Amino acid sequence: MPGLLADKDRIFLNIYGQRDWGLDGAKARGAWNGTKDIVAQTPEWICDQIKASGLRGRGGAGFATGLKWTFMPKQESERPHYLLVNADESEPGACKDRDILRNDPHLLIEGCLIACKAMRAHTAYIYIRGEYVHERERLLAAIKQAYDAKLIGPGNIHGWDVDVRVQHGGGAYICGDETALMESFEGKKGQPRLKPPFPAGAGIYGCPTTVNNVETIAVVGTILRRGADWFAGFGTEKSTGTKLFAGSGHLNRPCVVEDAVGIPLKTLIEEHMGGVRGGWGNLKAVIPGGISVRMIPAEEAEVAVMTYEDLQARGSGLGTGTMIVFDKDADLVKAIARASYFYKHESCGQCTPCREGTGWMWRVMERMVTGEAEMSEIDLLLDVASQVEGHTICGLGDAAAWPIQGLFRHFRGEVEDRINSYRARKGSYAGASIAAE
Amino acid sequence: MSVRRLSPIQPESFAFAPATLKAAKQWMANFPAGRQQSAMVPILWLVQKQEGWVPEPAIRAVAELLGVPVIRVLEVATFYTMFMLEPVGTHALVQVCGTTPCQTRGSEALMEVCKRRIGPQAHRSADGKFYWQEVECMGACANAPMAAINDRYYEDLTPEGFEKLLDAFAAGKTPEPGSEIGRQGSAPAGEPLTLTDAKLFDGSLAKRIAIPNLPPKPPKAAKTKVGA
Repeated sequence: MPGLLADKDRIFLNIYGQRDWGLDGAKARGAWNGTKDIVAQTPEWICDQIKASGLRGRGGAGFATGLKWTFMPKQESERPHYLLVNADESEPGACKDRDILRNDPHLLIEGCLIACKAMRAHTAYIYIRGEYVHERERLLAAIKQAYDAKLIGPGNIHGWDVDVRVQHGGGAYICGDETALMESFEGKKGQPRLKPPFPAGAGIYGCPTTVNNVETIAVVGTILRRGADWFAGFGTEKSTGTKLFAGSGHLNRPCVVEDAVGIPLKTLIEEHMGGVRGGWGNLKAVIPGGISVRMIPAEEAEVAVMTYEDLQARGSGLGTGTMIVFDKDADLVKAIARASYFYKHESCGQCTPCREGTGWMWRVMERMVTGEAEMSEIDLLLDVASQVEGHTICGLGDAAAWPIQGLFRHFRGEVEDRINSYRARKGSYAGASIAAE
Repeated sequence: MSVRRLSPIQPESFAFAPATLKAAKQWMANFPAGRQQSAMVPILWLVQKQEGWVPEPAIRAVAELLGVPVIRVLEVATFYTMFMLEPVGTHALVQVCGTTPCQTRGSEALMEVCKRRIGPQAHRSADGKFYWQEVECMGACANAPMAAINDRYYEDLTPEGFEKLLDAFAAGKTPEPGSEIGRQGSAPAGEPLTLTDAKLFDGSLAKRIAIPNLPPKPPKAAKTKVGA
């Protein structure tokens, strides 16, 4: 058995789409089983169970899910409550929610029903990025099946009326931020809102709203079916459960796979992903949680475990648990310059430090790639990065700064060598021209 | 952020096709009364499906349909890079992901193919059939490198396989989307390593279960027998 998790403890049983994604197939794999007994419980019971399971948001920030749900008002009022599911997956490296949407959509729909009960909501919207056309069609078909079988909708067999609807996103990375998501949902530019007010007080249409990641909602049904203690039995005290991991980059067999949180990074790569191209000794660095976290070098990857606290202690983060792996042939400076271009492209333009800073950092990074930058610009770049970080409404400014900080923290020498060798080449050319005179 | 402007060449008018209008109305009904502006992005996408791109008269038509000022639609159409603001290829809109995970697995070679066969980025090919652009992460990183062609994902691409795809599109065909090397979704290549336990799929998980940790039920009111 590769990894730590046995097949019997997996939540996503059709993650690769080998079997029927539809209602009959999902039911045979245990979805919608016992849902009525769960939905019959009080919102407090559901929130307490999810708290006890230790489930943390799988969209990257890792906020405690059960706690988040309790922020919703305890009484229904004339302002309806909304669950908004964030399926705007567009962080480089992250590709896990796509597989839930297209291959296990009923787990997500069931999770929407249960989460709606927990927060006294009667409407769930799933905001799916525009480019996921196939995934949206699949999800809409699955929702229709659930309506036809009266599993959701008004007067459904579970006794709590919930409409599950889909919103078509615009394919902008920034809309993964919950307040930008809400703006985009309302048919506006995806520019983040200031908090407070927090979404649980005033979200979409000014109504109480909770935004959760696809994976977070999709695991809820199985957690309650198998018990909070089952889920909490995996991982560490602060990072529990099972989770989808993904690997891309210089791997022999890149893939998406579910395993226990707390799996050593090396085990994950070696046993599930066919190892690093050219063997483990050929590893240079890993970005463990999607491009927005700082990279860790091979010697730290050797001992790192996939938990929130371990990776945080290494100056990185678990993020979405989706790794990008670089072997010794990789040009890390170029890889991070491309990440900087991504942030420049995806900045919404609202806050000056991010709008101007991301473009500035990208241009300097491109000059680091060729080596034509000045040596003093390294510290200048890090200074600018630290001034973008933490000075914007949303986290995109932070996310743009971290990959650069990670690069220079561990591979500063590589950039310095490149600048030196560029100068040396230039110097010899100059010398040659002098000699020729 | 990206600076995006409308194309200088615009058609004189735009009209919703009946199917587009029907689908647009369905999206508008997807939101609470008075909140129909929420349907703006899906309706602009429908316009793009109808026309191949989003022309300026369509922006005004969408504003009228939704009852919002034109600027509200214009700013959305120019904000989201998914919307094409100039005519694209008649046969294929090729979007190659260039972000780091795809870059590490060879997306630059795919873009070289595009440059050679189609021409510079964000322009139509000489025959008008193709239009290509480098796009930001499409969310299929475990299957890198990839390209979305006419909204369908083609994954695990090699330059040779990619050329064959473009040949097929040029001939007016639509090849089957998915992995070039025949992987099942995002499963690792080769033999499956996980989800091999037959017990997961024999239906035993659908048997009635007792939900754990339920609170004790309140004592039921004693039933009174009728006619005893």
